[in-house]
Amino acid sequence: MSTAPVSHRRASTLRGASLPKWSPWAIAVGSVAVAAGIGLGAGLDSKVQWGLIAAILFVLGTYAIAARVEGRRQAKDRVATSLVWVCFIVAVVPLASLIWETVKRGVKVFDVYFLTHSMGVVADTQPGGGIYHAIIGTLEQVAIATLIAVPIGVLTAIYLVEYGRGKLAKAVTFFVDVMTGIPSIVAGLFILSFWILILDMGYSGFAGSLALSILMMPVVVRSTEEMLKLVPNELREASLALGIPKWRTILKVVLPTSIGGITTGVMLAVARITGETAPVLLLVWGTSVINDNPFSDPQASLPLYIYQQYANSAGSGAAYDRAWAAALALIAFVMILNLAARGIARWKAPKTGR
Amino acid sequence: MDISTQNAEAPPPTPQPSAAVLKSASRGATRPGDRIFLGLSRGSGIFLLAIMAAIAAFLTYRAALAISKDHGNFLTTFEWNTSLEPATFGIAVLAFGTVVSALIAMVLAVPVAVGIALFITHYAPRRLGGTIAYVIDLLAAVPSIVYGLWGALVLVPHMDGLFGWLDHYFGWTGIFEWQGGAPRSMLTVGILLAIMILPIITNVSREVFRQVPQMHEEAALALGATRWEVIRMSVLPFGRSGVISASMLGLGRALGETMAVATVLSPTFDINASLLDPGGGTFAQNIASKFSEATPLGQDALIASGLVLFVITLLVNGAARVIINRRKEYSGANA
Repeated sequence: MSTAPVSHRRASTLRGASLPKWSPWAIAVGSVAVAAGIGLGAGLDSKVQWGLIAAILFVLGTYAIAARVEGRRQAKDRVATSLVWVCFIVAVVPLASLIWETVKRGVKVFDVYFLTHSMGVVADTQPGGGIYHAIIGTLEQVAIATLIAVPIGVLTAIYLVEYGRGKLAKAVTFFVDVMTGIPSIVAGLFILSFWILILDMGYSGFAGSLALSILMMPVVVRSTEEMLKLVPNELREASLALGIPKWRTILKVVLPTSIGGITTGVMLAVARITGETAPVLLLVWGTSVINDNPFSDPQASLPLYIYQQYANSAGSGAAYDRAWAAALALIAFVMILNLAARGIARWKAPKTGR
Repeated sequence: MDISTQNAEAPPPTPQPSAAVLKSASRGATRPGDRIFLGLSRGSGIFLLAIMAAIAAFLTYRAALAISKDHGNFLTTFEWNTSLEPATFGIAVLAFGTVVSALIAMVLAVPVAVGIALFITHYAPRRLGGTIAYVIDLLAAVPSIVYGLWGALVLVPHMDGLFGWLDHYFGWTGIFEWQGGAPRSMLTVGILLAIMILPIITNVSREVFRQVPQMHEEAALALGATRWEVIRMSVLPFGRSGVISASMLGLGRALGETMAVATVLSPTFDINASLLDPGGGTFAQNIASKFSEATPLGQDALIASGLVLFVITLLVNGAARVIINRRKEYSGANA
């Protein structure tokens, strides 16, 4: 694309002098060395500061050297390149640190016992206990939310792609987009005011599922819509030309063609709502014992468990370790869902020739 | 609703193409199956609209109950006492904190996100670009409560150095004054939120940069432009409105973020000009931390503050979508 392949970089009369290919590395090594020197000399103990100094030195050094050798325009180009690289590194550092800390602190109490026991007889300050009740709660709530959100989401997407014209379709498209941005706590408050305060139903896993399904629907609609649009029109026309009703065409031709992508979208949506804490906090309330029934009485849930253990721990002790171990379990679950979803997307990608 | 799943397993029918069938097919939704299916799918679309309307209606109803019992002014009172008689509460502090933290997040995240988007589309080798896009998606997949734990453990202690430095050199501005307390303030929250909204801004900008007509770029290259000049002259002007709406989507996310803020911020109920000293809270954080001890009136008051948050995010997200959609129309890009 924009990277025009320059195969031979010989000195040419047509181009000006250029720095050798290894020069960015050399400048990088040099600036890190100087930054380390400054850091040691000035007694800065934070490695973040060292990194910042090195990054600034690298950018300045690149500009100065390139401006001398190649000219100002090339120098600006090089600085832009290094700034873009810096942006990328800045984004990766927190992710790496987050995963590292979660794994390091999570493995302390993470074992089979932790996964298969509840907090029923364990006080927050005591060691022991586990997340079995929270796993049950999360799985049930997410499953119910998925059962509600997927049919509605897929049907809405079908409406938008296969039937939708005119004002209604435009309004639905717009509000689905806006709905993806609803804060999860607002969805929680809505179910709170409607289901618990007005219908007087009491805190339960199901109330949480309702809020989670509101968060999930627009995500499912968007991803399904994209996938349905990828189905070539020739397939639809061929089916209709055989005299097959439109609804059978959609069910037998359009949906099977795009089922891989739809599954991916649903799994990503599930991964997203699994980690939602705020609505669960308002609606499911949390408990330390096992409650298999999502339709009555408070349940536990993984993200809520993390929050409550953290809030009761004051930053150390058994509850703190449990919070991190539960965070490890949650992250592992979400990441596995993500990886699997992408695997399916690649394996079942619609063959559109594009 | 379950028709779709049930029928997907049934064997395909063998159609008998007769004149009658062809005739009815040409007329579209006249067969009962077609009518039912159209009704179901249109019904779910309408159901989604109904949910949005219901959210607004029920929140407004409960909020009105609370505001009628509010002894102070709901918009300007610097207090949140819902268990006392008479109850006095107002959203001024929350509105301030929410907007300030989200703006900090946006200002920090947008340049970095645009940089990453450019990196993925224009700088990285194709295969590396795909991997990075994937890593950014993973960043989006991390649950917000885990960001909160990480922020409290890693980010807050690391802020000491930065806060001291800011106070030393920029303390005179008043914005960066620091009394030396625990750095669980608006700036820390803003930085954490910036990390959390990075993926959405990156992904939307990336899509826009991908759509830049290749002819524009090649024309610039042919005139001898460097890569940076290509980006400045053809990519950024084309993508400007996309980047603006991407940042507004990020802003919307930052406004509504709950658990990470509740875990990292130590809230106070007053407004502080300094971003480094404790001061303020956010709507979502206030709801999450006050909810479990709230009286019935307190719950309604929190719902009222949630309504304000809902309206703000609705406006921000709606504006972002309008900008994106308008751009689609004149650019002719098939997004």
